[in-house]
Amino acid sequence: MSHTVDNSKRRFLTTAASVVVGGAGAAAVAVPFVLSMLPSAKARAAGAPVQIDISKLEIGQLITVEWRGKPVWVLNRSSESLLTLPKLNDRLADPQSDTSSQQPAYCQNVNRSIRDHIVVLVGICTHLGCSPTYRPELAPADLGPEWKGGFFCPCHGSRYDLSGRVFKNMPAPKNLVVPPYHFLGDNNVVIGEDAQGAA
Amino acid sequence: MFSSLMGWIDARFPATKLWEEHISKYYAPKNFNFWYFFGSLALLVLVLQIVTGIFLTMHYKPDAALAFASVEYIMRDVEWGWLIRYLHSTGASAFFVVIYLHMFRGIMYGSYKKPRELVWLFGMFLYMALMAEAFMGYLLPWGQMSFWGAQVIISLFGAIPFIGDQLALWIRGDFVVADATLNRFFAFHVIAVPLVILGLVVAHIIALHEVGSNNPDGVDIKKFKDKDGIPLDGIPFHPYYTVKDIVGVTVFLFIFSLVLFYAPEMDGWFLENANFVPADPLKTPLHIAPVWYFTPFYAILRAVPSIAGSSFPGVVAMGLSIVFLFLLPWLDRSPVRSIRYRGIYFRTALVLFVISFLGLGFLGTQPVTPIYTLLSRIFSIIYFAFFVLMPIYTSLDKDKPVPERVTFK
Repeated sequence: MSHTVDNSKRRFLTTAASVVVGGAGAAAVAVPFVLSMLPSAKARAAGAPVQIDISKLEIGQLITVEWRGKPVWVLNRSSESLLTLPKLNDRLADPQSDTSSQQPAYCQNVNRSIRDHIVVLVGICTHLGCSPTYRPELAPADLGPEWKGGFFCPCHGSRYDLSGRVFKNMPAPKNLVVPPYHFLGDNNVVIGEDAQGAA
Repeated sequence: MFSSLMGWIDARFPATKLWEEHISKYYAPKNFNFWYFFGSLALLVLVLQIVTGIFLTMHYKPDAALAFASVEYIMRDVEWGWLIRYLHSTGASAFFVVIYLHMFRGIMYGSYKKPRELVWLFGMFLYMALMAEAFMGYLLPWGQMSFWGAQVIISLFGAIPFIGDQLALWIRGDFVVADATLNRFFAFHVIAVPLVILGLVVAHIIALHEVGSNNPDGVDIKKFKDKDGIPLDGIPFHPYYTVKDIVGVTVFLFIFSLVLFYAPEMDGWFLENANFVPADPLKTPLHIAPVWYFTPFYAILRAVPSIAGSSFPGVVAMGLSIVFLFLLPWLDRSPVRSIRYRGIYFRTALVLFVISFLGLGFLGTQPVTPIYTLLSRIFSIIYFAFFVLMPIYTSLDKDKPVPERVTFK
């Protein structure tokens, strides 16, 4: 039996053990502080569905309602504009609404809506969260002769059609989000809730 | 009497030692010029921001329902509140003016090169902390530009693949920018980030005084010392440079006061017009632009199109535009520090870099049009080429002979 002790190895092991144990403790203590910055119970509860009356919504008119602090648009499109929408398909990034995160399954159709004329969209640009402007006019000077009406984001110039479908080569990568919604009778829309009830 | 008091203190705290090391016996090169005002001016503005900030917190309310009105209350009802608030808002822009000139000085005279790499890195971290401080402070008045600017910048984090959405949610503390966001930005702005900034300032100065200051000739003054070990081309910081800096401070305060008293909003450049409208989460202002000091990076963000259904590339480009600045000490392969003795390649590259930085800064304030987007892309390419090609052109450059000692007589 030898009396020589490998002190450097002992020193390394005590240091390593202290760092690991101390580090684990520091990480554990950090958890409550990090989690305290997540949305509070109050903020999470504030997301209740919103009901609006659309009986007075004229053709071409857009109204904005607030749902979970975000602007939600309800737009009544004319029959003519519905006819022009499919003609834009080859200039759009996702004309068939293939990205499933951007709309509920019941709105993954030609008009991205439950009823053909009424479209419901979260009015927040998928690029960096600005709220685009409703530009229904045909071929205005600033948007060029090809403009058939749609939404224009003033922040970074992204363009969407009247179904909230984004054009190709825009800063925005995806179509505007269609929130879960359903109709209650003829004249009421409930935003934030599917027909089955769950949001 | 005084010397015995100092003796008593020095036996317990190194007051005289600190004074001599950093002030009265810190030998700085004797050939400092105009460009060497901006370090001490940055310190002055830092003190101004801390003092005015403390007095603003006495009246400001970090609450989404009260914030906008409390700022107007400071402006109209608090005794001298308008002065304190305008000192703080003008000070923010003045801070970036002096910091950009200070950084340009460093690039021009090669002050980031060995052995001052850490001085440069601490400085870059300070610059990042300053950007965070300014960004969070701009949310506090809770105007339209405060709100939508924060919405855009926080959404940048949301573009990060996989964790982005959750990260943006964690930063905001709500599903959109809201009261929770305002409240935490207040906490960061008034205590967390200022503590980091103060710590970094100390590190920046300690690192600088360890290796000694660079100078417009970029030569090492410690090579030639007299018999007492004092550099022949060095003069003590006090009184020589303290007095010189007072001249700089005077001129700076002239200009600062002109802005403060005659154009505190600087026609929308220091305080944007849209910020005099309270925040409205349902309506984006028709034209969003950050305050002038962020616009070059904002222009780079906008110049990059989204790729494969993700706006992440633009965010990466904007991040890289700052990361590359950190890497300067290692990208520059030339042994010569000062622009005075560097070859035509570096001089040309630096001129193009400054033009593209200013160009991007202008474009970042403008609405998006096809011609401006094209220009932003060209300037962005020049901006990045300055860094990416630097190891090549600084190696090939024909530098001039560097003198042994400073040329200033």
